Amino acid sequence: MPSIALLYDHPRWEEKAILQALKDIGADAKLLHVETTPLRIGEPCCPIDLALERSVSFSNAVATAFAVESWGVRVLNPGTVIYLAGDKVATLSLLASHRVPVPETTVLSGSNRINGSLPPGPPWVVKPVIGSWGRMVARARDLEELEQLLSYKEAARGLYSRIHLVQEYIEKPGRDIRVFTLGDRVVAAIYRVSSHWITNTSRGARAEPAPVTGEIEDLALRAAEALGGGFLGVDLLEDPERGLLVNEVNAVPEFKNTVRVTGVRVHMEVARYAVEEARR
Amino acid sequence: MVKCPVCGLEVRIPEDAMPGELIEHDCGTLLEVVEDNGVLQLRVFEGDMEDWGE
Repeated sequence: MPSIALLYDHPRWEEKAILQALKDIGADAKLLHVETTPLRIGEPCCPIDLALERSVSFSNAVATAFAVESWGVRVLNPGTVIYLAGDKVATLSLLASHRVPVPETTVLSGSNRINGSLPPGPPWVVKPVIGSWGRMVARARDLEELEQLLSYKEAARGLYSRIHLVQEYIEKPGRDIRVFTLGDRVVAAIYRVSSHWITNTSRGARAEPAPVTGEIEDLALRAAEALGGGFLGVDLLEDPERGLLVNEVNAVPEFKNTVRVTGVRVHMEVARYAVEEARR
Repeated sequence: MVKCPVCGLEVRIPEDAMPGELIEHDCGTLLEVVEDNGVLQLRVFEGDMEDWGE
């Protein structure tokens, strides 16, 4: 059986479940805690056939995936995929260039911010370029509020604080759809239901099983392929006029609630896929 | 049982806890499991929340 390393920083239910699944199918599973294990570029720390990147920190995930890939070891997901999925400007741009429908979005940089063309609105949604779980996502109800939000954001002085991602506000039917892709197939999908316009489960949204229709499957797989494939969580919005739009893609997705409500053992699917990939 | 470094009340570290695991204590503090000479301890999590998520 192949030797598979699970790269992690802060283990959650998902990492423990994947580790157990790897052991259950007989894989030689190794844990690699990236915050206490220095990774030398080009010099493997141990003999492994494949690595699963499961770091919660975006910067940890990108850096350690690239470092392990420098050993000639395949990483699920690769550093490029994690980076592209983590940077919302990169994600939306790449999806649009592959003709995958996305919400209308404008990237504004610094002082010329409002001179450029804004997406339809108000209202508008302002998002950080990098960020998860719906944090720092805000809604501006008019131009004055938008100006104020962007000013506050610039005052934070982070790496991307002068880059603004302004999106049209989609009137969702009280939910969005999270689709899990693994290689060239969809393994599960859930609705994330909430009375709040932000529908992350980490913000209190309720998970419910969603049917994987042909349209959902096709769009999620096209989005996954555009970013480089692997194990991804693709978030879809249901626009009343245009149908499904891809909102975001997550490269280290959580799936505890998906297992609970759908009964699909996503962790086992990931473990089996990792073993198959390691043998290729 | 170990004590929360912020409020001083006892916290139970799960039997299957791993270094790096995060535990939210009743007082609201996010605690990180760390290994010290083979013994699991807790410290206040100092991660950059903006960088942190799925």
